[in-house]
Amino acid sequence: MTIDVSIVEKDYHRYVLRKILFIVGCAIAMILVLGYAATIGTSGITAWEVYRDIFYHFVDPSKCDSEIDWVVFTVRLPRIMTGLIAGMSLGVAGAAMQSMMKNPLADPYTTGISSGASFGATLAIVMGFDLVGLGGTAGLVVTAFVFSLIPAAVIILVSSLRNTSAATMILAGIAVMYLFNACTTLIKLGASDASLSAVFQWSIGDLSGATWQSFYVILVFTVIGSAVLMAMSKKLNILITGDKSATALGLNAHRLRIMLLAIISLMTASVVCFTGIIGFIGLVAPHIVRIFLGSDNRYLIPASAAFGALLLMVADLISRVIIAPTFLPVGVITAFIGCPLFLYLLIKQRRSMW
Amino acid sequence: MKIDLRELEFGYDRENPVLKDISYTFDKPEFVCIMGPNGVGKSTLIHCINKILKPTGGAVLVNDKDVTEMKLKELAANMGYVPNATEDSFPLTVVDTIMVGLQNDYKFGTSDEDLRKVYDVLEMMSIEHLAMRNFDELSAGQHQKVMLARGLVRSPEVVLLDEPTSNLDIKHQIEVTKVLSRLPKEKGMMIVMISHDINITAKYADKIIMMHDGKIFAVGTAEEVLTKENLKTVYGVDADIVIHNGRPHVILNDTVDSGKEL
Repeated sequence: MTIDVSIVEKDYHRYVLRKILFIVGCAIAMILVLGYAATIGTSGITAWEVYRDIFYHFVDPSKCDSEIDWVVFTVRLPRIMTGLIAGMSLGVAGAAMQSMMKNPLADPYTTGISSGASFGATLAIVMGFDLVGLGGTAGLVVTAFVFSLIPAAVIILVSSLRNTSAATMILAGIAVMYLFNACTTLIKLGASDASLSAVFQWSIGDLSGATWQSFYVILVFTVIGSAVLMAMSKKLNILITGDKSATALGLNAHRLRIMLLAIISLMTASVVCFTGIIGFIGLVAPHIVRIFLGSDNRYLIPASAAFGALLLMVADLISRVIIAPTFLPVGVITAFIGCPLFLYLLIKQRRSMW
Repeated sequence: MKIDLRELEFGYDRENPVLKDISYTFDKPEFVCIMGPNGVGKSTLIHCINKILKPTGGAVLVNDKDVTEMKLKELAANMGYVPNATEDSFPLTVVDTIMVGLQNDYKFGTSDEDLRKVYDVLEMMSIEHLAMRNFDELSAGQHQKVMLARGLVRSPEVVLLDEPTSNLDIKHQIEVTKVLSRLPKEKGMMIVMISHDINITAKYADKIIMMHDGKIFAVGTAEEVLTKENLKTVYGVDADIVIHNGRPHVILNDTVDSGKEL
């Protein structure tokens, strides 16, 4: 069967356009969810007032209604924007981790980041351990952040001593994770009920403590990390061809994996130390994107960022309204909406993605 | 491009070297086939040339430069590679899978020029109708054709191919080997291919390297290498050689009793 080059070009451009439209669609949906989410609460403001306030807040603050501006920018947006940026970070980190490990089961926590962070948080909550002496929430955040990076550092060290495959890295991550979990359990054995409750609250993943500070910290790591990963997206495409082919194509697969692991770990650590362990986003968002757009990392990474952000924003919105005025932890809702959606798509999809 | 193998040795442990004292120079565009029984070190030899493996003795010189001192990117710039099996973990479309082979030319976006390069190799392999299919939906034979296209898309000076036709039916084996055999004359490329099909190799190869026990056992044209005695020593088979259209044709009779049972 002969097909002209112009047909291939046309089909390919249409295929790329579909990917771009998906990303734009997610971005529009994010804006709509943001507007609606900011209206949830007792103040009775409308979505239109939210958009108007955001616009004038930056363009001409004198036209802002001070009460609405306070509700939007002090109460609502820190949480919503932290959810947006955290979802983005987890989506990007998950997509990159799956590609670099060549494993569909990988997610941002594969290398034991969550276990390290849990250990750090447990140390801070139960024993009052504070790495930098800041105390309170700040001390907990810094301690969780530093400890979350230890498992990745161990894997990087092991990998540097010997050329390791992706599978070895995953196994090393699992080994370190068990060690940290055991340490966390040991500390919990002697903890008070109040401390155990606080550790549990932290570990299930929640956005209720989000502030502009947490947003800005995650934003810096997410923007820099995502930009670097986007620049490396074509190398990730080479990496998924296997280590032999990647080497023959001029890529040092081992060195690249170590570099990627460091970037992904920093991105994920910045999220987990503020929000606790929000599961499912980093695993499922990239897979749902793969079902619609395929596995080309040049589009998978930005699309996972957009879809991860949207998924976490929607999950957070549901967590705030489902049994209002009480909140449910967002980590619970991400699994409740992500799992059925993912299973439905797995059953419906015609193409094999893994 | 000149590839100089100097007393090359490779082994996973010192007691059992896979390659022993390999010396040979590839110095002109021709279609060279490497033959030999399973486990003799054919793939290992190719992997030492393109730096997937590091030689444990001797040296591989590319244009008089030791490959161990060359950067991977520098080496890959003019050397293509086609593996014997695909390891692609997340399937891309056929176009994107081949596009990966453009590496240095592989920009963030996809230009029409890139697409035309991909189309040319798709056409060369007669698989242009598969362009927008997902790599995972293809048959093993189609996979192999896509892998070949990826190795050839940049028109590198040298292409190393590890049994690229093992999953193809007879017609496609002949078609692909024919295409590869024309590349040295038409595009000035050096094609080094591992093959198990004696008669297709005899028909199309400019030169055959026959390996035995980790060493080069014989080098030369098909007539020089494919002799009754060589086949008996290297493969342990009894065969008759007839000349057909000026090329040797091997008729296999039986295995030679090696005293070992399978």
